[in-house]
Amino acid sequence: MLTRSFDKVEDILEKYGYRKEMLIKILLEIQYEYRHVPREVVNYIGVALGIPPAKIYGVITFYSQFSLNPKGEYTIMICDGTACHMEGSMNLVKVIEEEIGIKPGEVTQDLKFSLDKVGCLGACALAPAMVINGEVYGKLTPDKVREILRNIKERKAE
Amino acid sequence: MITTTEKRFDNAQEIIKYIDTLKAKREKKLQKKSIYVCVGTGCTASGSRKVYAKFVDVIKQKGLDVAIEKIDDDDEPVKRTGCCGLCSLGPLVKVMPSGITYSHVTVDDVEEIIEKTLINGEPIERLLLTDPISHQKVERLEDATFFKNQTFYIMNEIGKSECESIEDYMARGGYLSLAKALSMDRKEIIEIIKASGLRGRGGGGFPTGLKWEAAYNSKGDIKYIVCNADEGDPGAFMNRTLLERDPHSVLEGMIIAAYAIGAQEGYAYIRAEYPIAVEMFNKAIESAKEYGLLGDNILGTDFSLDIHVKEGAGAFVCGEETALLSSIEGKRGTPRPRPPFPAQAGLWGKPTLINNVETYGNVAKILRDGVESYRTRGVQKSPGTKMFSVTGPLNLTGIIEVQFGTTLRYILENICGGTSNGRRIKAIQIGGPSGACLPEELFDLPLDYDTLKSVGAMVGSGGIVAITDDRCMVEVARFFLDFTKRESCGKCVPCREGTMQAYNILEKFTQGKATYEDLETLEYVSEIVRTASLCGLGKTAPNPIISTLKYFKEEYIEHIEGKCPSGMCTAFKKYIISPEKCKSCSLCARSCPNGAISGERGKPYVIDQDKCVKCGLCVTKCKFGAIELVG
Repeated sequence: MLTRSFDKVEDILEKYGYRKEMLIKILLEIQYEYRHVPREVVNYIGVALGIPPAKIYGVITFYSQFSLNPKGEYTIMICDGTACHMEGSMNLVKVIEEEIGIKPGEVTQDLKFSLDKVGCLGACALAPAMVINGEVYGKLTPDKVREILRNIKERKAE
Repeated sequence: MITTTEKRFDNAQEIIKYIDTLKAKREKKLQKKSIYVCVGTGCTASGSRKVYAKFVDVIKQKGLDVAIEKIDDDDEPVKRTGCCGLCSLGPLVKVMPSGITYSHVTVDDVEEIIEKTLINGEPIERLLLTDPISHQKVERLEDATFFKNQTFYIMNEIGKSECESIEDYMARGGYLSLAKALSMDRKEIIEIIKASGLRGRGGGGFPTGLKWEAAYNSKGDIKYIVCNADEGDPGAFMNRTLLERDPHSVLEGMIIAAYAIGAQEGYAYIRAEYPIAVEMFNKAIESAKEYGLLGDNILGTDFSLDIHVKEGAGAFVCGEETALLSSIEGKRGTPRPRPPFPAQAGLWGKPTLINNVETYGNVAKILRDGVESYRTRGVQKSPGTKMFSVTGPLNLTGIIEVQFGTTLRYILENICGGTSNGRRIKAIQIGGPSGACLPEELFDLPLDYDTLKSVGAMVGSGGIVAITDDRCMVEVARFFLDFTKRESCGKCVPCREGTMQAYNILEKFTQGKATYEDLETLEYVSEIVRTASLCGLGKTAPNPIISTLKYFKEEYIEHIEGKCPSGMCTAFKKYIISPEKCKSCSLCARSCPNGAISGERGKPYVIDQDKCVKCGLCVTKCKFGAIELVG
């Protein structure tokens, strides 16, 4: 399985011409592909780009878009920007915790859901908002959140 | 010369002529039947892309795509437009030529809009926007008080600009400035920007012309130009809006700036959290290249420029210019001490000009319409206009553009239509985590760089959040420090440790454990972080504390005395079970995560206040409404 995954890494590296300054873009694509940056891949791209793995870990842990542990199939980003916070985003976090049983920063055991609290999604006029796999949901209420999550769970059951 | 396959121009005169023909075409296009659907982030989140697809479908079904005469090949009956600013009312749909605009449009409304409004020109009453100020239904967006009371300079052509079309931008006079600039002396351009008094829109308000001059004067064959679109301030999305609605205006400003300082390569650093903005800007770069407005030998001159999009990866500190440059180089985005300034040693040690999205958005207009026209708006030391994002419990929220010198009260009342929940606005948070909370008595202050600075606030990137009296100001300060302590890059000690300590103290306040000594320590720590931090993030991080201590100190004191005046901090409240209503079903006791509820059959249950973590779960479980929050 891992040899197959290195093919994809190789494609991504090639796409950006093995250029050191493209490290962040390369990591973004790897994150998107694997839903995390696997540790084996860190060493691999370190050798390929001529950057010490320690420096790459430095970059991965610095930016919030990257994670060393797998994210869920559905990545929930609940916005806790100023506007959303004032509109009660923290109550929604509680609702999500109740619904899927994980706290921000965690992943469900079946890797279906992961939950993250993020700074601002720029959807302030629709506060409180959350993003699930790139789709923005705005003007949320606890009931709306429950409905959205239950719909996704049913989709999974089908 | 232009053919259908080759759009490239190698001569300024030719493209100016071409732009004239596009202008005439656009006039005609706006006179015929067409539909504009907003595809900005706000409307997209409310489902506008589905509405767009449905319009395209139904129009095809009815054969209207053939029946409505086309002005040219690109003239589709359904067009995609950028954000007009009224994100809270999305999806917004405008029907031309009448200009009738509908809000909250769903796919179910599409047929009716086509039948009644597109074909017959009749308005549909229920889809019209109700102006919260005049309390009347408005047919055209431009007639709503929200828009009438704004001053547009860079956000013109509300709801009828095609954001993805370079031709539409050119038809609005776009790229005329570039054509003109390329025949001008570089210094002359810099003098114009200096004379305009344009100041950096990213927060600090540094004079743009001086920055350009410094980059121009720096010696070196290789120079870079950078656009800062790392809009990380929570509560702000002006840059995103501008990039989505008019990406070419930003691109043209960048190209002109690159020419003026002699740069050959440029980067637009855009947050990865803004996928639509990234897509729009990439498209803009591609189409500018097709026309020979970007790439090698621009418009046949010996000036060549390449511009790339760099996506951020989620770090607020990267909005700081030196941290942003490190990030473009593919490293951790940590700031470096200045001097040397980026204008002397920036990207890979080469002279680099870095400006904010909105700053570049002003450049082409200043060159085209002149310095005098630019300076008719705003005030002496802060000329021009500024985009703000206004959020909070107001009747209308979204992006606005006003001239500098406008008051907060004018924005709140005459543009946004006051509060939506009937409560009093007790404070305005302006400028994000680096900004301040201003009390009601300062709402009449003119908004400009220098006045705001004098009261301890800053324009910042332009986020305005209305805070009503049911919100706690200590909690607001705690919220911002939670943000800055997480986003502190950790390079310098005052910021890394100071924000953490300040946060801990603020948390004591919101948990009801603070003392008068904590108040003193908080002031002391804030002062150290402000004076000793390396970069702008740390230097401004204590602003939310300093401003709330200055204007809302009584709230801090009440927290020490054991009360949260707004009732927002739950630590001061307790849950109790009403003995009359309790049926001893034990549901609450079983749901309590901390085992704080106990009781026995036949007697009312009780909550042990020492164990209770105030999660409120028991309230949701109780079927008899017996559990209440008091205090």
